[in-house]
Amino acid sequence: MRFLFKTSYADDLRLFQHGGQVFWYGLLGLALLSAPAWAGEYLMTQLVFIAIYSIVGFGLMMLTGFTGQVSLGHAAFLAVGAYTEALLAARGVPPFVSIPAAAALAAALGVVVGLPALRLKGIYLAIATLAFNVIVEEITARWESVTHGNAGMPVAPVKLFGSELGTEGFYYLCLALATAAALACVNLLRSPTGRAFVAIRDSEVSAACLGVHLAKYKTVSFAFSAALTGVAGALYAHKVGFLSPEQFSLLVSIELITIVILGGVGFLHGAVLGAAFVIVLPQAIAVAKDWLPETMAPSGLQAVVFGAILILVILFEPMGLYGRWLKIRTWFELFPFYRRGMFRRQRSYLRTERLR
Amino acid sequence: MSFLRVENLGVRFGGVVAVDGVSFEVRKGEVFTIIGPNGAGKTTVFNLVCRIYPADRGRIEFEGRDLGALAPHRLAGLGIARTFQNIELFEHATVLENLLIGRHRHRRTGFWRDLFFARAVRESELAQREAVEKVIDFLDLAKYRDSRVAGLPYGVRKVVELGRALATEPRLLLLDEPSSGLNPEETDDMAFWIEDIQKQLGITVLMVEHDMGLVARVSDRVLAMNEGRAIALGTPAEVQADRAVVEAYLGAGA
Amino acid sequence: MSDFLQLFVAGVASGCVYALVALGFVLIYKATETVNFAQGDLMMLGAFFALTASVTLGWPYWATIVFAVSVMAAVGMAVERLVIRPVLGHPAFTVVMITIGVGYVMRGVVTMVPGWGTETYQIPTPFADAVWHAGDVVLPVQQLAVIAMTAALCAALYLFFRFTRIGVAMQACSQNQLAAYYMGIPVRRVNMMIWGLSAAVAAFAGILLAPVTFVHSNMGFIGLKAFPAAVLGGFGSVPGAIVGGLLIGVVEAFAGYFLPEGFKDVAAYGVLLAVLMIRPSGLFGETMRKKV
Repeated sequence: MRFLFKTSYADDLRLFQHGGQVFWYGLLGLALLSAPAWAGEYLMTQLVFIAIYSIVGFGLMMLTGFTGQVSLGHAAFLAVGAYTEALLAARGVPPFVSIPAAAALAAALGVVVGLPALRLKGIYLAIATLAFNVIVEEITARWESVTHGNAGMPVAPVKLFGSELGTEGFYYLCLALATAAALACVNLLRSPTGRAFVAIRDSEVSAACLGVHLAKYKTVSFAFSAALTGVAGALYAHKVGFLSPEQFSLLVSIELITIVILGGVGFLHGAVLGAAFVIVLPQAIAVAKDWLPETMAPSGLQAVVFGAILILVILFEPMGLYGRWLKIRTWFELFPFYRRGMFRRQRSYLRTERLR
Repeated sequence: MSFLRVENLGVRFGGVVAVDGVSFEVRKGEVFTIIGPNGAGKTTVFNLVCRIYPADRGRIEFEGRDLGALAPHRLAGLGIARTFQNIELFEHATVLENLLIGRHRHRRTGFWRDLFFARAVRESELAQREAVEKVIDFLDLAKYRDSRVAGLPYGVRKVVELGRALATEPRLLLLDEPSSGLNPEETDDMAFWIEDIQKQLGITVLMVEHDMGLVARVSDRVLAMNEGRAIALGTPAEVQADRAVVEAYLGAGA
Repeated sequence: MSDFLQLFVAGVASGCVYALVALGFVLIYKATETVNFAQGDLMMLGAFFALTASVTLGWPYWATIVFAVSVMAAVGMAVERLVIRPVLGHPAFTVVMITIGVGYVMRGVVTMVPGWGTETYQIPTPFADAVWHAGDVVLPVQQLAVIAMTAALCAALYLFFRFTRIGVAMQACSQNQLAAYYMGIPVRRVNMMIWGLSAAVAAFAGILLAPVTFVHSNMGFIGLKAFPAAVLGGFGSVPGAIVGGLLIGVVEAFAGYFLPEGFKDVAAYGVLLAVLMIRPSGLFGETMRKKV
């Protein structure tokens, strides 16, 4: 059992709460930094994808998990980031200019998408973001002069100071950006801005009465979330090397929001766990496919497993993967005093918020 | 110049006239209570003062300044804070975090400095925590400091809500039924705190309350409402004896 | 002029399908304040059951309708019982994600069933290719049949909600579950019935849609158009869903004719965003406001 004794206000603010955390994160950092040395090509690709999707996960977690604004259209920001990066890279713009540009453009779109958010709540907002996604997807397909439409657009590899970055270099770039994204989120969360986000999530009315400018903070949250997703989109463009509109469809948006849910809404770690899960799952299913009889079409199995896992996680572990990890860890920390009801939700009855 | 002045306030929701021409004045430094049977429109008056709904007619002035044109989030900056009848705490945050959000209007850094956790943010965070500790001491919340609000008992949550309002360092505090759901001991504590808030902290209190004992004990003046209208105004004793008030609560012929 | 009328009728016919899917949505939303993202997939599953009855078992058209509708009513009730009931009371977002999961499972299962799979099929109907002449105007009987059948269903539902106790019970459950419990309404059973009813309506819509889009595992995505319909009409309003669906169908038909290519697909979503910006409660909806 571990007790945290804090002796100053500064202790509250520390990034790592105790020595154990420093140790484990340090170990993780070491493993990730040395990955090119011990990980094979396949694993390196997976790590890069996990990093990219983690960045999206962080952005979406801040928006949906911490500010309570549901977005079913984040693939639109991914698209903006990806195509912007592709266009700029093709013109030889270096990544430390093009990636921020992609982020900025995505953020601008985020502000636009966020505008309905100021007046809409809950499901209406989700539907509005869904509509945006469909519209952006259609624009991507039709605006052929810029995006090459449905024919698809190849993406040049990342060039830094005139020479190509290569797999290792690209891996470090993704890792660095993912770490920066995580830090940015952590910083926001321990500052007034992050608290304002949480206030908006939990009770808009009292947040407003406490001086939180709802419109401003919701817009900031959308813009920040979109910016991170734009960065991820830029990296994604280089990784896959070829862009076409159906890579940014509504189904992709749903995959992205699943990262947040499976990982655990309201925990930043959940973004990484969710990203890892979403990347690994199709591969695991592909392996399982070999064991199944021929009559069952492969695409069906993936959908069934994906849907089933989503349902089961929400039913049985609403706190997601990270939540389950927290429970396991607490069990070990408090052994043998772990009480079964420690993380129980209060039963709540449906009460309409509609008022005629 | 009166501290808070409400003139001829009126609002209707659909066919229901919730508030019908209510006028009153709150003097600086006093504890002013609004009483009345359920559905009299007391909380609606609060919601109108806090600009949660716009009023259909009437005028609200705080220190001479018209509140009618302001958005709700501007009021905290002017020094107005409130608690809610049904507790609107941030359930998934800790008590400390709830109180720190109360300090929002005192923040000194914007988004970009927050993003990089600049020195200014660190210093500001330490200062806010000091300010919040004063509120925690005042309300004896120290042992709940790091507990998540969702698991706390009702009485404690009411106190946290009060603390959060105090953390904004208001000059006018609106309390919506501070003693509802509290047992006699907790109500006693609440009475002491309201007295301390008035006398030690110098905050003007506008309160809605049902518990007549509490009302009589802490209030300087009382306004009685019924069916959206003001029916009596005066000291607690005067209002309790008023004919119209007795009829409103107990029916005619009592 | 006759062009206009033909376009209009085509729009109304497709609008009827949207209206029915939106109707299913709204029924569930009224009862449990949940948005069922799997409504389109319920429609798709209903169409497949009708396909099986019609092609594999060789039953007449009307029998397949009854079959598909009944089976889907049972499926709807099962989904509610197994998957939705445990999470009622959770935040709306959570329940929405569960319905999305249910949609995935349905689509996946359909492609895995031997005999269904990823192929596209046709259900034989008694109206195939027949047309009706009224002066200059040539109208496909299929479209007229869709409109007529939708109207009949709506009339039946209206009578159901107006004159049966279940209709009133459903409204009570949707407004305050705890109070409904106290009044002796078997809330959980009522919710289950609503899901059954909603799925049955979806199956009906699927059968009506089948001649147009043919039956395949992705036909449920048309269900997404029901969102603009429900929002336009006002979430929570049954007549609103129908009116909204018809309007969206007509808007789409005219957009496809007058506007450049590609606008037809997004016209509905453009309308959706416009409604959300200007009047979120839609034509007949209620304003949502939390009482503090």
